[in-house]
Amino acid sequence: MPTIDMSKTELREVNATLQSAAGTQATEAYVLENPRGSHAVAVGLNGPLDVTVKGSTGYYCAGMNKDATIHVEGSAGPGVAENMMSGTVVIDGDASQYAGATGHGGLLVIKGNASSRCGISMKGIDIVVHGSIGHMSAFMAQKGNLVVLGDAGDALGDSLYEARLFVRGSVKSLGADCVEKEMRPEHLEILADLLARAGADAKPEEFKRYGSARTLYNFNIDNADAY
Amino acid sequence: MCGIVGLFLKKDELRPRLGDMLTDMLITMTDRGPDSAGIAIYGDAAEGLKFTVQSDDPAAFDGLAEALEDALGVSVPVTLKDTHAVLLVPADKQAGAVELLETRGLRIMGIGEAMEIFKEVGLPKDVAERFGLRQMGGSHGIGHTRMATESAVTTLGAHPFSTAEDQCLVHNGSLSNHNDMRRKLAKKGVFTKTENDTEVGAAYISSRIAEGASLGEALEGTLEDLDGFFTFVTGTKNGFGVVRDPIACKPAVMAETEDYVAFASEYRAFADLPGIETARVWEPEPATVYFWER
Repeated sequence: MPTIDMSKTELREVNATLQSAAGTQATEAYVLENPRGSHAVAVGLNGPLDVTVKGSTGYYCAGMNKDATIHVEGSAGPGVAENMMSGTVVIDGDASQYAGATGHGGLLVIKGNASSRCGISMKGIDIVVHGSIGHMSAFMAQKGNLVVLGDAGDALGDSLYEARLFVRGSVKSLGADCVEKEMRPEHLEILADLLARAGADAKPEEFKRYGSARTLYNFNIDNADAY
Repeated sequence: MCGIVGLFLKKDELRPRLGDMLTDMLITMTDRGPDSAGIAIYGDAAEGLKFTVQSDDPAAFDGLAEALEDALGVSVPVTLKDTHAVLLVPADKQAGAVELLETRGLRIMGIGEAMEIFKEVGLPKDVAERFGLRQMGGSHGIGHTRMATESAVTTLGAHPFSTAEDQCLVHNGSLSNHNDMRRKLAKKGVFTKTENDTEVGAAYISSRIAEGASLGEALEGTLEDLDGFFTFVTGTKNGFGVVRDPIACKPAVMAETEDYVAFASEYRAFADLPGIETARVWEPEPATVYFWER
């Protein structure tokens, strides 16, 4: 199992090594030691590579991930797994703001809490947060699933499109055009699968589903006087 | 973008290492603010008031001790540290000392029983080296690395800003109603020295405390009365406080162990702190006041 000590290796070299291994379909699992909160750790991996980061990371860890499995044994700074395409990213600790922002696919699991703007503008990614999430999460979220075992902060799902939001705890407030929706059997099925894949000990029936009321999709002529 | 760091020690054994620990934290935040750097360090409370003064002209300190003795009628110890000097002035001679220092064109960076402030233009590592920050001990301290947005890159534009005895503020963000607030404060007789937005934030907090508010109440007030982006860390004689605006775009992370409470803009700044691997690390909530005092 190749191990890279990040206190002795330049970040560019670390990422180039991982990107090259991912690109050549390497089967070895990589271990990164001493990340010390570095920015942009394990970004742009373009193939099925296993990477374990032994510690906490800074801004933009695991960004643009495709097919790789990245496990951070610590907390992650702002923008973790930003614009992820596929693959899996697991954060053992907390994630800072805009975790999983604009993600197109794959699974992001945060075992602690995520702060503000989690899943902002998500476009197909699945995000499972074992703890709670901060304000303005899933703002303008277009597609995918955001699952929260704890509570959600203010303005959840503001200006939401077609992403599904599942929250087990309380929601401080819903954003514009976000409403609670009926939990149908197909939603329970989606939720059961995501909870199982995220190693989350929770029952789908304990969650509420939120989604778009779709009243912002078209201009309402009654508001014409406001302009 | 700017970098902020803060360290509050819970155990006296670590006091000699405060400057060393804070300096490492400050230098790690160089990427966030390479323009200027500053630190406020709270050491042993003095018998009297510590004045930290600054001048770009080394000759300004020539004969300063003698002039102070002549004017105040007491001996005033003067310790030179690069462009700064720390003077120990009896509390009842404060007004006379301020008058003399201003006449001689020296800038007063801060006054307090415990607080000393050192700030200059340049890379944080160079600023730290010039003042010997690593050698400084104390109970707590806050620091700042600056990437200027709201006013020029000058010594006076660097943080921390002190607007009352033993009080100071560092800020990441930008205030959008600082001119309006500056006028409001001036009407109350509270005047600022620079065009800088953060100094207005500091003066606002100091004026609220002077009116009888607690530190917590003064920090709560920033959420109502100041507009813009801010993560503030404010130092007082007994500790430090943290508050972020409700939008909370400006990053913040905290760590606590049995030995210390630490604040930084990024986790990177904690990497060398003892016991950080097992510390409780969390992100302060938006629009929520935190403070630690002894």
